[in-house]
This record gives sequence, structure tokens and C-alpha cells, in this order.
Amino acid sequence: MAFDHDTVRRTAHLARIALPQTEIPAVADQLERIMALVEELRAIDTKGVPTMAHPLDLDQPLRPDTVGNHDQREVLMASAPAAEHGLFLVPKVIE
Amino acid sequence: MDWEVVIGLEVHAQLNTATKIFCGCPTAFGAEPNSHTCPVCLAMPGALPVLNAAAVDKAIALGLAIGAELNRHSIFARKNYFYPDLPKGYQISQYELPVVGKGTLTVQLADGVEKVVGVTRAHLEEDAGKSLHEAFIGQSGIDLNRAGTPLLEIVSEPDMRSPAEAVAYLKKLHALVRYLDICDGNMQEGSFRCDANVSLRRPGAAYGTRAEIKNLNSFRFLEKAIEYEIVRQRDILESGGQIVQETRLYDANRDETRSMRSKEEANDYRYFPDPDLLPLVLDESRIERIRDILPELPDAKRTRFMNQYALTAYDAGVLTAGRVLADYYEQVAADVDGKLAANWVMGDLLGALNKAGIEIDDCPASAEKLRLLVQRIADQTISGKIAKEIFEEIFYRGGEVDAIIDGRGLRQITDVAAIAAMGDAIVTANPQQAADFRAGKDKLLGFFVGQVMKASQGKANPDQVNAILLERLQKG
Repeated sequence: MAFDHDTVRRTAHLARIALPQTEIPAVADQLERIMALVEELRAIDTKGVPTMAHPLDLDQPLRPDTVGNHDQREVLMASAPAAEHGLFLVPKVIE
Repeated sequence: MDWEVVIGLEVHAQLNTATKIFCGCPTAFGAEPNSHTCPVCLAMPGALPVLNAAAVDKAIALGLAIGAELNRHSIFARKNYFYPDLPKGYQISQYELPVVGKGTLTVQLADGVEKVVGVTRAHLEEDAGKSLHEAFIGQSGIDLNRAGTPLLEIVSEPDMRSPAEAVAYLKKLHALVRYLDICDGNMQEGSFRCDANVSLRRPGAAYGTRAEIKNLNSFRFLEKAIEYEIVRQRDILESGGQIVQETRLYDANRDETRSMRSKEEANDYRYFPDPDLLPLVLDESRIERIRDILPELPDAKRTRFMNQYALTAYDAGVLTAGRVLADYYEQVAADVDGKLAANWVMGDLLGALNKAGIEIDDCPASAEKLRLLVQRIADQTISGKIAKEIFEEIFYRGGEVDAIIDGRGLRQITDVAAIAAMGDAIVTANPQQAADFRAGKDKLLGFFVGQVMKASQGKANPDQVNAILLERLQKG
């Protein structure tokens, strides 16, 4: 798979990574090598092999539906860069 | 040549669990902002989600009710996108293997025809928080109380062919989640939300490009938005244009849909299995336990009402549209004629509720009172006309049926001698009309009946009045 510079820019945008123009060739090269490994894995015949969603051979444990958490807003908000009236504040977002 | 509209619906039903889907925070609506949060739903590093058993049980209940395949093995996946009300940067959802697979929902259309609509799948996922844009200059406020509330997303097949069919499907699904008690169905508060995929094609042709319409929080908006979208797409196609696959927002104030964003980029969610969660395995005993406690479902109840109370399909359909109304009706019909009870519940009661703008859940007149009222008509204590007066009284002002009857002397007069005396007096007082009746003006009987009813202040038994007057007048 060819990792052209546009694909690198688009991938960086989707991941919200500010990638300097100068680093794009190097990142393209690294992604190319990662994809080469993926291509190798893809070539393996997995017909009839069940999908493995998790490496542990365990089932999801379930939790009873009872309230266990109480209001800890003060503590939890202490590390927020900006908060007011009990709300987290972020740069304005409007679609 | 005509266009055919193709509609599929995606419904997000907020499951009415006590706690969130992956943590023990309460889901109650209307709390102080961010007071129902914890390290898990705030996405603090290292916090791990643990699945809520009640959310799984409610998904199973829906699956059983629509005759769906229940996947014994399902997987949670991360749906990646960036928005401040989604603190992890991904939503935990299900992608390749949802908990509920293919099922069907049978809907009743206005012309009495039934239509089977396919349900593609239903999967568990978490809700996002809320953004408040108005209160702060240059900033948005984020409330994450709703983040992590369990949702069941129910996806239909593109099986609907008119706005009316889409509304019928949504209403049926809405009734079903309330019967099952898995969702409160409150569309204003957003606990039951609907997106519609709408496209046009020539009949028999392949599906056209679709637009996804969001923000449909009432049955009426769903209908209006699809109607608008049909006209918009038809105009584009007939002028030689092409439909763009996009998300559109329905604006109820302007009654139009408008483009939200192009799906091209926003849609790249890069799903992958969530390594924080193990596969969800449903064992037979869990499924059977839910099957055992399933309530009687709308279709079964409708058929039973038709048989047990001798109701028409239409009446039974109206009365079983909601579980509370159905229970109310059964209480009223407990020991009176089913059809009479149905007329009162569907006519006077639903009429009064509609007029007052209240739901059956908050009905001021109890089913027990209406049962007694209908019984008093059946046992001839009062006439139907007087009963309407008493109904108004108990609905708007309260009071007990028998106390109102006795307190106001509303008992029906069934004494033949008393009615005959009134009849004689009226006939004597109107000799001209009596003569005209005998000369063949049969319609004048109504005049005499009316006069006697008036004289008795509505308390005479109308059937007896009729018979006695007829006898008196013919005897001449």
C-alpha cells in the first residue's frame, strides 16, 4: 500500500495530530513499513478461524444495576483547565 | 413516471436503568451539571468500564419481543470521533457483532393492512454528554451527566415506502419499548430519538443515494421531514442533479431540512474492538429468565381484546396502543359490556384527555370510577346522557359516582306510571302535533320524546318513553 503525503495528512487530521510539513516524508515512510507488516498478516488464510476480539479467553463480567457513585464533582473538576457553574469549559464548538 | 420513496429508521432508545452502562453513576434526568460523573464516564486515564447487567437484559427483552436472533457472542467496539461532549474521543458501541440481530416488527396501517418491517439489528452503546453554547462568550460549557447513559440503537431495514409507514413503525416501536419497560419513551427529553434515511428511486430500480435526517423528536416532525425531503430530492433529480449523501438537520420552525455536514470525512469512524471490554456472552439461562418475565405484548393483547371483549380490530388497536391505556380499559370492562366500556374509554375519556392536553398516565378520573359509571348505565340507574354529565363532573372536579347521582337526584325514572303521566300531559298540551302524527308525520315522535325527556330533566328512560308515547299517540 502506497502511503502518499495526502493520506498521511488526512490520517493526522482524523487523529487531531498537528504534523509539521517537514515530518510528513518520515512519517509516510514509517507508516509504509507498518502497513507492510499488515499486508503480510492479511495474506494469511483465516477462513474458518473465529474472530478474536480479545486475547484473553474470558467473558465480560456484568455489574449489578445499583448506584455506587456519589457526587464528587469538586474533586473530579479540580484538574480541568477551565470550569464554571459546574460545567467544563472548552473552546466554542458549533457545527 | 413516479418516484418511490425508500425509508429506513435508526432509533436510539435510552434504556431506563438506574445506572450508566459502564459505571455506577445514576442516570436520573435533571441533576446539577456533572454531579453524575466519575472517572469512568469522564474518561480519566486508567479507568475501566464494567458492563451493566440491566442494560444487557433490556436489550435481550427487545430482541425477544421482535423475534430477533440474539447473538450469544457480541463485541464492543470503539467508534472514534472528536467532540467535546465525548470525553474519551470515542464512543463505546457495537459494530460487527451486535447483541441483537435480525428481527421483525409488524405495523398496522390506516387502511387496516398489516406490514412487516425488518429490523436489521439492535446494539448497545453509550450516550454522549451535552454541550451548552449560549451561556459563555467564545466558550462552550460541557455537562457530562448524560455521558455513559445506556442506549439501544435499533436499526430498521429500508422497508418503509411512505411517511405514514415510517410513522406507524416508529409508533409501534415506541409502544413496544414502553410495554417492555426498557425506555420511558419521552421524546421531548430525548430518551427516544429517531434518525431517518430517505432516498428516492424509480419503482423496481436500485436504491438511490440517501440523506440521513436528524433531530426528529416527534412523530409529526418525522412525517413532515420526510415529506419535505421527498420534494427536495425529487426536484433535484428531475432537474438532472444528483443527491449528495449527507446528514441533514430537520428545523421544525421552518419545516425544512438543511445540510449539517458532508459525511465524507465525518463518517470515518475507524471502528475497532475495544480492548477494555471482553466479549459479551449470553447464556441460555439469562435469555430464558428474561423470556419468562416478558409482559403480554401489543399484538397478543390486541388479539385477546378482540376475542375477549368482542371489539373490532380498530378499537382493539387503539386500546392496546399503550400499556397504561390497555390496563385502564380492562379495569373499566371488568364487569360490563366490552363494547360499551370501549365506547366510553375511546370516546369520552380520550376526548377529555386530548382536550385537556394530559396523558392517560395522569388521568384525573380513575378507571374504577369510570367502571362504576358505566355499570350504572348498564343497570339502568342512569341514562347515557346523564352519565356524560357525571363524567364531566368526576373528570374536571372529582367526586364519587353514586354520591353525585344521589346528591343531585339523577336516578333514571323507570316507573311506567310516572312516565305515562308525563307522556299524557305532553300529548294533551300539543293537540296539533298529535293530530299531525296520526295523519302520518312519523317524525314528530322525536318531538314528543324530546318534550318528555325535557320534562323529566333527562332522567326518564328513553326506551320506555319511546314505547309509551307510541302507544298513547296511536291510541289517540
